[in-house]
Amino acid sequence: MDIETDKLLEFYRKMVLIREFEERVKFLFLEGIMPGTIHQYQGQEACAVGVCSALKKGDVITTTHRPHGHCIAMGMDIKEMMAELFGRITGCCRGKGGSMHMGDIEKGVVPAIAIVGGGIPVATGLGLAFKMKKQNYVAVCFMGDGATNEGTFHESLNMASIWNLPVVYVVENNFYGASTHVSLVMKVERISERASAYRMPGITIDGNDVLEVYSRSLELVERARAGNGPALLELLTYRITGHSRRDPALYQPQEEKKKAIENEPIKRFTKYLISLGISEATLEQIKDKVRIEIEEAVKFAMDSPYPSPEDTLKDIFV
Amino acid sequence: MARLTVAEALRQAIKEEMRRDENVYCIGEDIGIPGGWGGAFTVTLGLEKEFPDRIINTPISEAGFFGIALGSSLKGLRPIVDVQYGDFLFCAMDQIANQIAKLRYMSGGKLKTPIVIRAPVGFTGRGAQHSQMMEPFFLCLPGIKIITPATAYDSKGLLKSAVRDDNPVIIFEHKLLYGAKGARSEAGSIDASSEIPEEEYTIPIGKGIIRREGTDVTVIATLLMMHKACEAAEILAREGISIEVIDPRSLVPFDWELVRKSIEKTGRVVIVEESPRRGGIGAEIAATIAEEMIDFLIAPIKRVAAPDTPAPFSPALEKFYVPSIEKIMTAVREVISLSS
Ligand SMILES: Cc1ncc(C[n+]2csc(CCOP(=O)(O)OP(=O)(O)O)c2C)c(N)n1
Ligand SMILES: [Mg+2]
Repeated sequence: MDIETDKLLEFYRKMVLIREFEERVKFLFLEGIMPGTIHQYQGQEACAVGVCSALKKGDVITTTHRPHGHCIAMGMDIKEMMAELFGRITGCCRGKGGSMHMGDIEKGVVPAIAIVGGGIPVATGLGLAFKMKKQNYVAVCFMGDGATNEGTFHESLNMASIWNLPVVYVVENNFYGASTHVSLVMKVERISERASAYRMPGITIDGNDVLEVYSRSLELVERARAGNGPALLELLTYRITGHSRRDPALYQPQEEKKKAIENEPIKRFTKYLISLGISEATLEQIKDKVRIEIEEAVKFAMDSPYPSPEDTLKDIFV
Repeated sequence: MARLTVAEALRQAIKEEMRRDENVYCIGEDIGIPGGWGGAFTVTLGLEKEFPDRIINTPISEAGFFGIALGSSLKGLRPIVDVQYGDFLFCAMDQIANQIAKLRYMSGGKLKTPIVIRAPVGFTGRGAQHSQMMEPFFLCLPGIKIITPATAYDSKGLLKSAVRDDNPVIIFEHKLLYGAKGARSEAGSIDASSEIPEEEYTIPIGKGIIRREGTDVTVIATLLMMHKACEAAEILAREGISIEVIDPRSLVPFDWELVRKSIEKTGRVVIVEESPRRGGIGAEIAATIAEEMIDFLIAPIKRVAAPDTPAPFSPALEKFYVPSIEKIMTAVREVISLSS
């Protein structure tokens, strides 16, 4: 696939924005400044950016307990995201959601669903709505490897298949569900094999190659948009940070971690861009801009007021 | 005697019961993983070393493994099933509510279903899907006993009784009382550790305890709220108000006798609960007191509870949401001022 330089640089910018956002959040969290708990996305940036770049305005995603990357890739305002993490009224969910429930329906992000597998039927329902209302949109359902062992996964894929719904199920296989390695909890070698039980295409690709993720996503999204039904896309990747909070991830073997860091998507994409003749200075400039943007977001968040206590009682019914 | 945290006391109880009876086993997510956490809050940490075949790590498949626990119990095994957060019990609710709670009854009493369900609860800055107090959902579900230990001593004694019970028992453990250490420690925790005797002991399910004696107002509270009630009592004592704090420790069966004796003495009652007010444990306790002990009362019953909304994330909102020591004190002062 031929992709123009501007678009390549936009992929790079978004991946770096996610990485730098997450690193800043991790620091704020460890410093004890940021409340709550967090599940971070370092190492999986190519998945979010590749998939979401294949979507059009009007398409919708569901995301998980690990939503920051998906939200940024969908173009959510990082000021509002940061404010949400700090529990401020200016946050994308007015402080009611927090890290695990981030979202902005205007940008096509249903507030994140932190019950593993909980989002899979919801994405399927979005697909049903698009079909019934004859709208030309597609729903993308992000999930982890672990979620594919929930009953909701199997029930949803079956229904999407029999009703031919415009849904693309994206499994980010980072090889762990919390501390548990995938090999301990499933016998299939590729999660995409599970698609065959529902007679939909299932493919497994390198999830750390943003261009591959982009082009294959585009194919499946456009296939669904054209009325040819759902598909399962498995992206092989790795989480190069803890599962949550201060998890030191001691269950990940050192060798495996080292290899994963060598293979992480931003390093790889940087090499590729340089091989195309893009200068390091250009990339550094992008990074610097991103860092400024993030500092502005932190400042915006920390300067924002908290919701007033009585706001607790609002928003329960329309 | 050794001073243990709640997490350590629960671990000790499980270990002793697994040694005593080879039918006892643990099943749940992220347990028995080398380099892992021992479940979400370290309770089963390291047990796989002694019992490699009886710590069963599952896929993320709650509906499945709760039913599997039930099936195994019909052939004499005694599963201890855990979820990482009480909120995930909803994923297994058919197996719990339609199968586990009812199979013995539906069999005309022929079957035994000795299952222990362990579920962490409590508001800890994690928002709407990782916080819920689950007790009310089970209080209205005949067929499952409910225990709510607030100290390490009670945690060990009650969990051991639960494992030996031939009925399903659910144990609610509070995230802020575990005393978990290291990466799994929890901000805002309260010290609920106890001296644990060397010799074996159990605590009968259904027996409450008076945490603090008093004469003016009976305050009924469990888990974290029990600790807050004691703090409120301490402060109010300086104002000359004498609070009796009752910790029921079990919600099903419930120690009505203990409550009756206390109300007979005080004539006033405040019930504190961490969950939303509507349909909560306070509603059940208050209704029974009103039906059966109204003659003792010299003031209206008061409940202190969370509002009828999901848990908000923002610390500023959560502070308002979760019943505070101040709210408990206000309720106590109110029932005193409303006394006849
Ligand atoms: C129903 C349910 N069970 C358990 C959990 C606790 N939990 C949160 S994330 C997680 C692991 C999820 O693994 P995976 O789906 O692979 O996503 P990843 O964390 O790797 O992104 C678990 C077990 C949960 N949130 N919901
Ligand atoms: Mg995973």
